[in-house]
Amino acid sequence: MADFFSTPGGIAVLILAQVLAVVAFVMISLLFLVYGDRKIWAAVQMRRGPNVVGVYGILQSVADALKYVVKEVVIPAGADRTVFMLAPLTSFVLAMVAWAVIPFNDGWVLSDINVAILYVFAVSSLEVYGVIMGGWASNSKYPFLGSLRSAAQMISYEVSIGLIIIGVIISTGSMNFGDIVRAQDGDFGFFSWYWLPHFPMVFLFFISALAETNRPPFDLPEAESELVAGYQVEYSATPFLLFMAGEYIAIFLMCALTSLLFFGGWLSPIPGLPDGVLWMVGKMAFFFFIFAMVKAITPRYRYDQLMRLGWKVFLPFSLVWVVFVSFAAKFDWFWGAFARWTTGG
Amino acid sequence: MSVFAFYLFAICVITGGLFTVISRQPVHSVLWLILSFISAAGLFVLLGAEFVAMLLIIVYVGAVAVLFLFVVMMLDVDFAELKAEMARYMPLALLIGLVILMQLAMAFGVWESNAAAESLRMQVIPTDRHNTEALGLILYDQYFLLFQLAGLILLVAMIGAIVLTLRHRTDIKRQNIVAQMMRDPAKAMELKDVKPGQGL
Repeated sequence: MADFFSTPGGIAVLILAQVLAVVAFVMISLLFLVYGDRKIWAAVQMRRGPNVVGVYGILQSVADALKYVVKEVVIPAGADRTVFMLAPLTSFVLAMVAWAVIPFNDGWVLSDINVAILYVFAVSSLEVYGVIMGGWASNSKYPFLGSLRSAAQMISYEVSIGLIIIGVIISTGSMNFGDIVRAQDGDFGFFSWYWLPHFPMVFLFFISALAETNRPPFDLPEAESELVAGYQVEYSATPFLLFMAGEYIAIFLMCALTSLLFFGGWLSPIPGLPDGVLWMVGKMAFFFFIFAMVKAITPRYRYDQLMRLGWKVFLPFSLVWVVFVSFAAKFDWFWGAFARWTTGG
Repeated sequence: MSVFAFYLFAICVITGGLFTVISRQPVHSVLWLILSFISAAGLFVLLGAEFVAMLLIIVYVGAVAVLFLFVVMMLDVDFAELKAEMARYMPLALLIGLVILMQLAMAFGVWESNAAAESLRMQVIPTDRHNTEALGLILYDQYFLLFQLAGLILLVAMIGAIVLTLRHRTDIKRQNIVAQMMRDPAKAMELKDVKPGQGL
């Protein structure tokens, strides 16, 4: 049996099984994320939220998904059919593809590549195409306006996300997620993670992640008061489901990124407790909770304010931070907190 | 396996390039171009240059092609008509293409690299370090000044674009961000107790 897994066919089977495991994890968590999101949102607004399907409404997402799948797909008469159907697929597939390099535990990663973080960045920079294509192919005013807004927004915040990531890369000396997490392993558990030396950047990253994934308070692409539902207006049934699933998967990916880059991934916060996959999943769930809370308690930004925040506040600040981290790493300030390769962490 | 991947990516690059040119709808052209870019990135990965591949996707697909798409979506130009216009220049274009092809054939047909140059040529994939590090060392150590110079050229282009498009308009209302942030509820609004049936 062990021989089989070293033959080309066996390797293919093994890789396929691993891919299925990751996809299954993401899809099943997706169901509960949507449910959790709605429940948290409802709790903040003192409503009950979904409570009919299953115990405490826990199967609501399954019922919704089923409903979306069996409904009729309506394609507008003036739409560009190919691009119209391609857009939700792009958005969903790209959101899934990024999970290939996310490690859940030491070595539990589908593809352990050197440029993992760049890969995630590249894939998330492609996600804007789903939105643009959807908005353009609908051949209607509101989706088009929504998609233009969204594209501008996603590109703007990508810049600052990139700069923040560069700071982490400088501190680690590697672009591999495994190396980034291992560099955060130290004697002080929770306090040796990157959130402490990169403290302001944690907030900047989190806010940019909100903007990048079009979550409230930055959900201008689908600002329903002005644009009905932005680029998704003309979408129904399964294509709409794909858009929505892609959005939630991208959000979950951002939760994973936050925990890997700044909060030690699978490392345990208390020195002495065993590290493991449960910490990683727990941290992702926690950050998703924060995402849901932000959605519940913040009012929507105005578009010019959003752009101002991205280009005039986040960009200069993160640029200065990169310079600061470079100096701190080079001259070994703060007992090597910024240059983990010197301390052997 | 990698041969199969190579042919897959190569066919995608060529198909993408071909349809970029012959597509009637300009937006489709840009989308085909993106397919071409992504497949080219795949070819770089096969070469072992994963850093270049990722940069190709981030810079060309994630930024440049988005701008292309923006411009093309916004333009209301009848490209079919434009292309018909272009057909008049087809003989000239074919002639130029032929000349360039001939030149390339003449240059590469008799190409013989010097033995000394052959030994100077660097290996594509360095064996002792991964290629991100190798690129960094070359760019920031060996060619530091040239790299900075390239950055300056881009900066000049950027400033030029800003100068060309910047207009200081005086006839519009602007928001003072600091004043806006310093507002507090006590000064911004007033609560009044309205008696029923009377109004203010």
